[in-house]
Amino acid sequence: MIPYSSPELMTINAARLLRDGDVVFVGVGLPNLACNLARQTHAPNLLMIYEAGVIGAQPARLPLSIGDPTLVSGATAVCSMYDIFALYLQRGNVDVGFMGGAQIDRYGNINATVIGSYDHPKVRLPGSGGSMEIAAWANRCYIITPHQKRRFPEKVEFRTSAGFLGGRSERDRMHLRGGGPQAVVTDLGILEPDENGELVLAALHPGKTVEEVKANTGWELKIVPTLRTTQPPSEEELRILREELDPTGIYLKGGG
Amino acid sequence: MSKVISLSEAIKQYLHDGDTVYAAGFTHLIPFAAGHEIIRQGLRDLVLARATPDLIYDQMVAARCARKVIFSYMGNPGVGSLRVVRAELEAGHLEWEEYSHFGMISRLQAGAAGLPFMPMNPTAAGDLERANPRYRTVTDPFSGREVVVVPALNPDVAIVHVQRADQDGNAQIWGIIGEQKEAAFAARNVILTAEEIVDEAVVRSDPNRTLIPGFIVDAVCYVPYASHPSYTQGYYDRDNTFYLEWDEISQSRPRVQAYLDEWVYGMKDRAEYWEKLGPTVHARLKIASRPSATVDYGSY
Repeated sequence: MIPYSSPELMTINAARLLRDGDVVFVGVGLPNLACNLARQTHAPNLLMIYEAGVIGAQPARLPLSIGDPTLVSGATAVCSMYDIFALYLQRGNVDVGFMGGAQIDRYGNINATVIGSYDHPKVRLPGSGGSMEIAAWANRCYIITPHQKRRFPEKVEFRTSAGFLGGRSERDRMHLRGGGPQAVVTDLGILEPDENGELVLAALHPGKTVEEVKANTGWELKIVPTLRTTQPPSEEELRILREELDPTGIYLKGGG
Repeated sequence: MSKVISLSEAIKQYLHDGDTVYAAGFTHLIPFAAGHEIIRQGLRDLVLARATPDLIYDQMVAARCARKVIFSYMGNPGVGSLRVVRAELEAGHLEWEEYSHFGMISRLQAGAAGLPFMPMNPTAAGDLERANPRYRTVTDPFSGREVVVVPALNPDVAIVHVQRADQDGNAQIWGIIGEQKEAAFAARNVILTAEEIVDEAVVRSDPNRTLIPGFIVDAVCYVPYASHPSYTQGYYDRDNTFYLEWDEISQSRPRVQAYLDEWVYGMKDRAEYWEKLGPTVHARLKIASRPSATVDYGSY
């Protein structure tokens, strides 16, 4: 087995969740790498759209911001920000959204806004950006984040975007068109929502343990009865990431 | 009649202390030259609206131009935290009003269309709607369901950087078109900066590319390289290196002040700034050509 970094591990596992033909609302960093990796392996017909209003991007170099000009050159279409959120996302044309955030709670709700009180913030975070609507309206949402206790509290301090709220039935009552979070890919394993919308440990990465995951989760984490182990990153997946997609390791280095 | 005037004249004429300003552009075409001119002219108590405040508002807030920011994502795009704005918010020195991107852009869309508000489907997230009382809900009179609404945003001044405009202000933009058109139609006054001032015939050769019609524009300023360290599609690249450098600079207020002294107060205009950036930076921002296939409008 070739050694790999945590960002590589997370990116490869996120890429495997994507299906051929998916329309994906992409962010920069690891989600962008995951989408490009999926496109070059099992999902050649993946369509990448960016909140900056770019559709069908085929970036020739690694995009370094959400509005990188390489996204535009060679894309199939460009539209206004209002159109990307209204015609594409709100209308229901997006299969997959990627989310990040400082905190993810037991029911997949995300805080990207503030630590401490909203009016007198202890730590002011960037805020929603597109995430409030992506979480509500994309058919499936995936979250990529390192597995640390401070990132996985029982309940988020501020709910920037909706997971399953207080449980799946609560989200169902809101009649949101999107299905909510489907998986949280961390550097230890994969959490998935159970029938009540609670995130439970569904898979471990090779060499990781249940104890490690539990010690780094802020609630009494349940384990699925048939706990899976993810396939280690393949030589081909690592080659594409390292040689083609992020050759200088801007996003993939570090994390051990 | 030509609307071409200098940028300093345009800011003097159309911007006043206390105004609400929308300096448009999502990552692309951010009008930094105008931001720097506003700093030099010492405007105060501005309400700075932008989906992403970006470095332009970080610098304007550092220069004490702002009383308040209205935003939907307050980060240094691709880098991390937007340190000056963040520190001022945390310290309680700056008012803010916050939306999601869609909420923010819907406000402009309403403003641009002359509507009082814009409806959006609910997201169930809830907390931002509770924190910002300008988010409201109304009942859809047709289905009886609840929709979320935000009020129109009508800035006093919109500042838009464009690839090319004619002297009347007919402006053509390509690449990421963000919210430039909406900002221009929503605002009371519109200031354009342009990489090129072209003959009206150039505009007329490709009317579909005109996003902003001249008759809503007040001032047209010829300012090449006006969006650095942001970029202008087809003209020069984004200066990602500077966005990283700003992350360092903005960790210390004396360093921010030194930056403003050297690169803003110490400069007469954008031409001097571009010259000062020097050949290494110019080379790093140079891009290869990739023209579109031309279209034929036909002669009738």
